[in-house]
Amino acid sequence: MQTDSREKILRRIREALAVAAPKRHLAGAGQAMSHPPQDWLPPVPNTPAELVALFEKNSDDLKTVVHRCPDRAAAAAALAKISREEGWKSVATHDFDLGRAAVAGLNLPTLRTDLPYTPADLEPCHAGISGCDCLVAQTGGIVVTSASAGGRALSVLPPHHVVIATTSQLVGDLADAFALVRMRYGEVPPFLSFITGPSRTGDIERILVLGAHGPKKLTVLLIAE
Amino acid sequence: MSTIQSRQFHHDAEVLTHDLRHRKLIQKALGGYYVKRDEQKAKFTDWQSARASAAAAKFEAVNHLDKYLIEFTDKLAARGTKVFWAADGAEASAYIAGVARAAKVRKIIKSKTMTGEEIHLAQALEKEGYEVVESDLGEFIVQLREEPPYHIVFPSMHLTRGEISETFEKKLGSQPADTPEELTMIARDVMRKKYCEADMGISGANFAVAETGHISITENEGNARLSTTLPRVLVTIVGIEKVVPKLDDLALLLPMLATSGSGQNMTCYNTLLGGPREQDETDGPVEYHVVLLDNQRTTLLADAEQRDSLHCIRCGACLNVCPIFKNVGGHSYGTTYQGPIGSVITPHLRGLQSWKHLSFASSLCGACSETCPVKIDLHHHLLQNRRNAIAEKFVWWEKTLFAGFAWFMRRPILYRFAAPLLRIGDPILRLIRGQVIDPVRMWTGTRDLPKAPPKSFKEYWRSRHANR
Repeated sequence: MQTDSREKILRRIREALAVAAPKRHLAGAGQAMSHPPQDWLPPVPNTPAELVALFEKNSDDLKTVVHRCPDRAAAAAALAKISREEGWKSVATHDFDLGRAAVAGLNLPTLRTDLPYTPADLEPCHAGISGCDCLVAQTGGIVVTSASAGGRALSVLPPHHVVIATTSQLVGDLADAFALVRMRYGEVPPFLSFITGPSRTGDIERILVLGAHGPKKLTVLLIAE
Repeated sequence: MSTIQSRQFHHDAEVLTHDLRHRKLIQKALGGYYVKRDEQKAKFTDWQSARASAAAAKFEAVNHLDKYLIEFTDKLAARGTKVFWAADGAEASAYIAGVARAAKVRKIIKSKTMTGEEIHLAQALEKEGYEVVESDLGEFIVQLREEPPYHIVFPSMHLTRGEISETFEKKLGSQPADTPEELTMIARDVMRKKYCEADMGISGANFAVAETGHISITENEGNARLSTTLPRVLVTIVGIEKVVPKLDDLALLLPMLATSGSGQNMTCYNTLLGGPREQDETDGPVEYHVVLLDNQRTTLLADAEQRDSLHCIRCGACLNVCPIFKNVGGHSYGTTYQGPIGSVITPHLRGLQSWKHLSFASSLCGACSETCPVKIDLHHHLLQNRRNAIAEKFVWWEKTLFAGFAWFMRRPILYRFAAPLLRIGDPILRLIRGQVIDPVRMWTGTRDLPKAPPKSFKEYWRSRHANR
């Protein structure tokens, strides 16, 4: 392996920074600095019901399908219905409390990605069913980590990603999500992703197409608990 | 006097400015962008304060770059990531080729990285005998066409579906397709095999979080997530200026990048990566390398006046609003980074004298500075590049011309004598305007000649008082 240029680059940086930069663009920023930056983002409501409503509205804009489920049994029934309608032949999942019974109820060949597996076996699965760490109302985002969503690939390789979550998992904004993740794991794990809608591209004539490389469909089964 | 780069620019710009098909395509694409961007901006409680906060976060990072880079790399290394500091593109490419060799890699899948484009990483690895596939749809299309990306965010925005279909037919043997959806699915099918086959993934990074030792990747397609998850070896290449101090800075910067970049609330996937697969994980790369690239960024850093151009988050907003970009197109620049930000930084990265012409190709309207989410003073930097270029190497005839003009203007008698001559010369000049015998055809060839007024200002003033 080559020796790198760490010292050389650090020396150049220190030499460069010996001259202070003008703070021209910071002029008049006093008001902005008197608040935490999150205050300038799109506003986030306070009550749990409003958070759910905002998440649903953003999801709708993103073309994420959200099913409100009164209880776990209703979520299992919703999952079975999607499976029948789309003709799933095999699914992939991981062991998580909210999804255990619902996935077992499908009676389909099931790949577990929280146990050793090969990506080539995951690729043909019709759906990936996972949990998440939290849902972000401000953006319509879903926060996944390896621990909460069965590894790094389950939530992105199968063509339909179904998330099973509860309304109590809603948080306001990204900063809230970071705080929650840090509390849960002590530090930010080596993989964390904000999923904000099904995979998309506008690379051809800037026209929106869903399912560029990741899931074409994203469904959230949102259990009221 | 003019360089190859400047002649190329003038030639390509001339051609594309008159290409109405090109103009229509770009205006249609950007028209949709403006609507979406404004919708998202309007959702912010206060966009201007958000800009000020974002600028402050990047100012803090860039002006304490050594401290934050050390914090970032220490955190990364503690989790088993190998960090390599590359002074230039050659060092970075050689290191990454070395990683591939040592890990017995055959196939490489790459997600979008402008830093990789900057150092021609894919070409360097192909030369070493590796198959390198671009997984971002737009990048994949321009790779098949052997073209550079047209725009830092929308690499294939200059192409119609018909042209893309032709490219796919020729290079992939696919059937003709006439909707963006069908074309996207052709690429999707090709790419899914590639993800599973590749031994090595290469990604870029939008941010590097010092506090936690994570890189952050912003994308819509999911190709970066797949490229950074499935291959057993992963390399991320990141410019040293991408560092931000705190994780919470992303809570602001990610929505702002999406709003400015593509008019989205958040892009589809924003992924933080902080290390290789851990013991309790079942997937992800077993080997992870982060390559930090200088490649003249420290030269830009040393210019305190223009240091804020290192705040850039590569959202492309300044390209999208630039009247020059919209007319001359992305390829005319001949640079990795197009538009106002490219015109500002390229002279620092690749030589002032060869690239100064880009700073002159501006109307100085300031739309770029106004739209920039991190408040880079772009149009003033264009002026500073002009000033620096002239101070470094003046153009003798320009200097003589201006000296002569100044001499003349300071002599009222000469001026009074010459003004009526202009009125006599005017019809003649108008007759030969732009032709070979026109002594000032360089100017009049592309510009309107203002009509000489019947009276000079002095004459007018005198008659006005005489009539009272």
